[in-house]
Amino acid sequence: MQAPREPLLSLRRITKVFGEGDATVQALRGVDLDVYPGEFVAIMGASGSGKSTAMNILGCLDAPTEGQYLVEGIPVESLPGDVLAALRNDRLGFVFQGFNLLPRTSALDNVELPLVYADVSASERRVRARRALAEVGLAGRERAHPNQLSGGQQQRVAIARALVNAPEVLLADEPTGNLDTRTSAEIMALLVALNRDRGITIVMVTHDTDIAAYAGRLVTFRDGLIVSDQPRAAP
Amino acid sequence: MRLATTTGLAVSALLRSKLRSLLTTLGVVIGVAAVIIMQSMGAGATAMVTGELSGMGSNMLMLMPGATQGMGGASLGAPLFTRDDLAAIGRECPAVRAASVMNVRSVRVVTGDENRSTNLYGVSPSYLEIRQWLTVMGRGLTEEDERQGAKVCVIGETNRIELFGSVDPIGAEIRVHDLACTVVGVLEPKGASTFGQDQDDLVLMPSTTYGRRIMGDDRIGVMMLSAVAEDRIDEAKAQVQSLMRQRRRVLEGEDDDFTVRDMRELIAIMGTITGVLTSLLAGVAAISLVVGGIGIMNIMLVSVTERTREIGIRLAVGARARDILAQFLVEAVVLSLAGGMLGLLLGAVGSYAASRVLDLPFSLPPMAAALAVGVSVVVGVLFGVFPARKAAHLRPIVALRFE
Ligand SMILES: Nc1ncnc2c1ncn2[C@@H]1O[C@H](COP(=O)(O)OP(=O)(O)OP(=O)(O)O)[C@@H](O)[C@H]1O
Ligand SMILES: [Mg+2]
Repeated sequence: MQAPREPLLSLRRITKVFGEGDATVQALRGVDLDVYPGEFVAIMGASGSGKSTAMNILGCLDAPTEGQYLVEGIPVESLPGDVLAALRNDRLGFVFQGFNLLPRTSALDNVELPLVYADVSASERRVRARRALAEVGLAGRERAHPNQLSGGQQQRVAIARALVNAPEVLLADEPTGNLDTRTSAEIMALLVALNRDRGITIVMVTHDTDIAAYAGRLVTFRDGLIVSDQPRAAP
Repeated sequence: MRLATTTGLAVSALLRSKLRSLLTTLGVVIGVAAVIIMQSMGAGATAMVTGELSGMGSNMLMLMPGATQGMGGASLGAPLFTRDDLAAIGRECPAVRAASVMNVRSVRVVTGDENRSTNLYGVSPSYLEIRQWLTVMGRGLTEEDERQGAKVCVIGETNRIELFGSVDPIGAEIRVHDLACTVVGVLEPKGASTFGQDQDDLVLMPSTTYGRRIMGDDRIGVMMLSAVAEDRIDEAKAQVQSLMRQRRRVLEGEDDDFTVRDMRELIAIMGTITGVLTSLLAGVAAISLVVGGIGIMNIMLVSVTERTREIGIRLAVGARARDILAQFLVEAVVLSLAGGMLGLLLGAVGSYAASRVLDLPFSLPPMAAALAVGVSVVVGVLFGVFPARKAAHLRPIVALRFE
């Protein structure tokens, strides 16, 4: 392990409660997690253990009930809405468990979306979105709409969208959940390359031990708590 | 985000669901078209009434018993005029060229087997000259007819057609209210008035015949006068007024118990009436514009709810609240502006068609057009802001998880 640096992302005693009254669900019960620049973290855990909830907080898509989330030491709750939006736009890339692509919109337009909000010119958007689609192996399918793509292809469009704005951190919630073994291996090779060559920090949720093996660190959730956090030898 | 990008986004979003966009904006299209058609027809009707009234002879004056009242005519109950009043006006008002009796009632006229109801006018020989009416067959009424109380009449075109058809009416006899009269002339056709009244449905007879044989009362209800020239109308009016005050013994400081009106006033009154009508119609049309706006608001609300996931996705990839706000606002404005333009086009075509059918002069008031389109944009903004604000301030995950 390298010399301790400032953590890039840190969760401090995070709890998250859904619902009100009798119907409350305690999704997170006090999670502490530091993610350092350049790390590749895999998160595992049973279904319902709070992995997605933690990822949403890391992605600034949701706010914790209690506790603090710091990005480069700055508490996120103190940031104004526009700064948060900029953070989501060009520093964090998010791949959702359920793709979340715009329907009736071409793959290319979907991938361009973060660039639209980054004020990138139309011609450059085109170029960068095409390149991102090519990187995930979807060259030639730019005009296809999500309902014309397979689950795996939609997943790859979602990854291309997360990568198109060259984020520092990629947050991927089961990015290979819908892919066959061969495509999964391709995607993982892509993520590993991004982590190693471009220094992108990656936090990835997976149910698959083989996939988790690509990561340098494995964090395990159970019932809203982190029950183990161990480094692995990088492959 | 740049406005051009936002507009592009909005237009493509609207084009993605063409039918819904069209239905949404239909309310505004109809509202704007209705406002334009109403305004245009109102302006056409006003122009027509004004034209018609000036065609009646612009140096014409009307003398009625009763004090002047508001927009309408004169109050009832004041004493009628006498033959001596008529003679006195002829003698003592140098600015008045001619004065005529105009007593009117509705009567039945009968020929052979035809029988109909029409308006009977008891008038002086100068009446045709005052009204600037001509006869197309036979002659008008003469001093001789008036003096003798001759049993003669001049009929309007409608009566000629209804009573005689293709038969020559001159010299024929008709029964007017049981009085046998000889037809001596037919008036030039004038068609329907703006208010749909048939101006040819009348019979003229000497006022003396009318007074003695029809009514049994020789007093005068209304007098029509003409001034010697158009620029002496006010003078004529003043002369008639002071003469009548004196003859009718109106005391100093008391109001006139009669009314003198000239055509300019009538034109102004008609203008007010058509103006009120136009505003009423435009008001109704404006309500439909508001209804159209509510339609837009409704669909925008539905659209925001329906597209909550889309908003979540946009927020998740870095859209700011104001980007979302701008997107939905621009969508609403583009929609209502397109609706306004379409409505303007439809309104212009519609009012042109209506002016053809109703035989009104065609005009498209530019103010009304600008206003209608402007209002439709305001409607879009007002009714777009609310749902757009609602959407822009959602937390991304809340929007994403929305079912
Ligand atoms: N919006 C919500 N409202 C209510 N409960 C929620 C909500 N989101 C998550 N939960 C609950 O919180 C708990 C954790 O959910 P979470 O989605 O984080 O699980 P997960 O570890 O990602 O599971 P999976 O592996 O199946 O994706 C679950 O019990 C879930 O039912
Ligand atoms: Mg999950």
